[in-house]
Amino acid sequence: MSNNSGAKLIDAFLSASAAGIIELLSPVPPGWGGNLLRGLLHSIEIAVGATCLGLLIGTGGAYGKLYGGPVARDLLAVYTTIVRAVPELVLILLLYYAGTDLINQVLTALGYQRIDVSGLVAGIAVLGFVQGAYSTEVIRGAILAIPQGQIEAARAYGMSPSLLLRRITLPAMLPFAIPGLANLWLIATKDTALLAVVGFNELALETRQAAGVTKAYFLFYVAAGALYLLLSLFSNLIIGRVEAWSRRGMPSLKEAR
Amino acid sequence: MAGEATIINAAARTSLWLQPHRVVLILIALALAVSAVFFMRWDWLPQYWEMGLVGIWRSLWILAVTCALGFLFAVPLGLAQATGSFWFAAPAKTFCTIIRGTPLLIQLWLLYYGLGSLFPQYPWIRDSWMWPYLRQAWPYGVLALTLSFAGYEGEVMRGAFAGVPKGQLEAARAFGMSRWKIFRRIWLPQAFYRALPTLTGETVLQLKSTPLVATISVIDIFAVSSKVRQDTYLTYEPLLLLALIYMAITGILVLAFSRIEARIPVKIG
Repeated sequence: MSNNSGAKLIDAFLSASAAGIIELLSPVPPGWGGNLLRGLLHSIEIAVGATCLGLLIGTGGAYGKLYGGPVARDLLAVYTTIVRAVPELVLILLLYYAGTDLINQVLTALGYQRIDVSGLVAGIAVLGFVQGAYSTEVIRGAILAIPQGQIEAARAYGMSPSLLLRRITLPAMLPFAIPGLANLWLIATKDTALLAVVGFNELALETRQAAGVTKAYFLFYVAAGALYLLLSLFSNLIIGRVEAWSRRGMPSLKEAR
Repeated sequence: MAGEATIINAAARTSLWLQPHRVVLILIALALAVSAVFFMRWDWLPQYWEMGLVGIWRSLWILAVTCALGFLFAVPLGLAQATGSFWFAAPAKTFCTIIRGTPLLIQLWLLYYGLGSLFPQYPWIRDSWMWPYLRQAWPYGVLALTLSFAGYEGEVMRGAFAGVPKGQLEAARAFGMSRWKIFRRIWLPQAFYRALPTLTGETVLQLKSTPLVATISVIDIFAVSSKVRQDTYLTYEPLLLLALIYMAITGILVLAFSRIEARIPVKIG
């Protein structure tokens, strides 16, 4: 019975009845466009949060790998190797269950109530942990690409490590790190779709629900793909600007070759 | 002299590698592994190991087939973008942009749920020889992973084809080789050597994408671990074992590719 109505809807879609498509995708309640846009917003929130967390972990990790003691270096090597060898889907499940379990065990041990960790926070934490491993490698390579004389000069001026990081290392490594970090941002926006598997209502899951209810599978998955694609293309536009800005005052890539 | 130096180097390297702190770290890791073996529940293993082996085999099979088909598809994609006229280059570039700009999960669901829901309405598809395959999940999984690999690798092959020095191709033409022979003997091999280092990374990424087919009900190793989790109510044991299996496969892949890379003449161009 539902199959029949589904076939009718698909027929409506196939015969290019524009009215039907607009009705299904309209942002007001009978249509599902609002749900998709809300999902996209959640996806962007998670991607931004995860990238920021990943950058923090990555900067710390790169510093640890370059200047840290032997134990820190080995532990970081284990971290980046494992995260990059295991599928994101498995890591997400593992970290999601392990993380929420750990928090609740700590809370019960301290005598507090168990809490439900919100999907947003869990998603950011899990994806940020994964992103951190990749950004560690990107930032480590970028710091190594800085002419060492600049860092030595800053040390000779008596800059404290934090001032050195803020004024010299971070700005000087940016042009070398931006292509890799931009790639990571694009990966982060696409990896948010994996959180649908642990039941967080970002774009992929909202799409799945909309498609399941209306049976217009093809239409909704194409719409979701278009939204992700728009996000990627828009990001590329911004990234180009940021890259040009971070390379200001440097010879252009073509001349440098 | 030189021999002595290398011996000293080798000795220094092993002593550097086995520093005291590293011995302690290895001992801690061993202790963790042993405690995992003894304190976690592994009694489900005898019941499921056969299913797990089938799952691993299926994952590897999907990986091999999609990488091979995807690479075959990536060669014309790269060639069209590197040299083709606008009418060849533009569609190839659009394809690569779309594949690289959308999540694999959405591509997979679009093919399986989207296309899969359209097919049954056409009687001629239901009557054709393809129908027994189109009713199953794995052809959609293989197709989505193949297209994805082709999209990412097509971009790599574009750079590789464009990077082959002009002089090589001109020399081949001066020898009177036909266009097809130039492509087969000079252009493709050199482009392949250039693409090989990234091919390792792409293959590992492809391996890490294979568990997504479990979301469209293909029983690969990830789906087996999900089944174990559902049947036994255990969370960590199946997932940890699964992570270990993927790490082992990644390690083997990286080793195998470094073997292949070592056989290839270093100086190209």
